Amino acid sequence: METHQLHPENWVDLYADYLFNYAVARVSDVEIAKDLVQETFFAGLKSAKNYKGTAAERTWLIAILKRKVIDHYRKINSKKGKAEVRMNYSSNSNAEGDWLEEQVADPLSILANDNLENEELGLAIQACISKLPKKQSLVFSMKTIQGISTEDICKELGINPSNLWVMIHRARTALMGCLNQNWY
Amino acid sequence: MISCDDAAIICNKKQYKEATFLEKIKLFLHRVYCDTCSKFSKKNAKLTALCDKAPLYSLPEKEKVRMKIELQDKI
Repeated sequence: METHQLHPENWVDLYADYLFNYAVARVSDVEIAKDLVQETFFAGLKSAKNYKGTAAERTWLIAILKRKVIDHYRKINSKKGKAEVRMNYSSNSNAEGDWLEEQVADPLSILANDNLENEELGLAIQACISKLPKKQSLVFSMKTIQGISTEDICKELGINPSNLWVMIHRARTALMGCLNQNWY
Repeated sequence: MISCDDAAIICNKKQYKEATFLEKIKLFLHRVYCDTCSKFSKKNAKLTALCDKAPLYSLPEKEKVRMKIELQDKI
């Protein structure tokens, strides 16, 4: 029966960074993404009784976040007035030409794919980080993602450098194993 | 001569460009005869490359604490 239970008290530790990555990729703004994550948690809490346990907690929260992202775009669109539909040949000229042929994406370009894949990679890494023990994930993301210097981290957490490197070592070893399973 | 544990630590430091020149030489020499550390170094470098490639963001700890408190209030 316990499978239907949500654990909101662990949400921030387990999913905040994962949801945050997902949101930043979609709204390209750190501040807005942060607010969306916060709203997602609140909304999740409010509708917790509707959680049927058919999906994992994280999947369920991502579904809520998706709606929040859509709502965000609706909101900024209504601020601007009605959505504009441009029917010009291209945005900056009225030149004539073969519409379709010239507007299709370059089939040789794999850049767009790369971005998508990198985003998935980012989420896979976040998912692995969230499986680490709290202290290790904290040290690892401070060091690797936020790029804080060794000295500052030691000061903030009250540990010595050799402690830090041992934790980094454990975190990295665990991540290698986790990514080995989930990415390659 | 250094132990594998030392080698691993130096290898990790190297991922953050914090290994000294002397340490790098020690690691290099160790890798010549130690297969395990050789493999570990390669995998470790790969992990660094993956982390660089992916757009990773994380919320600062302060923000998380604030979120937790606000969430706790509503539970």
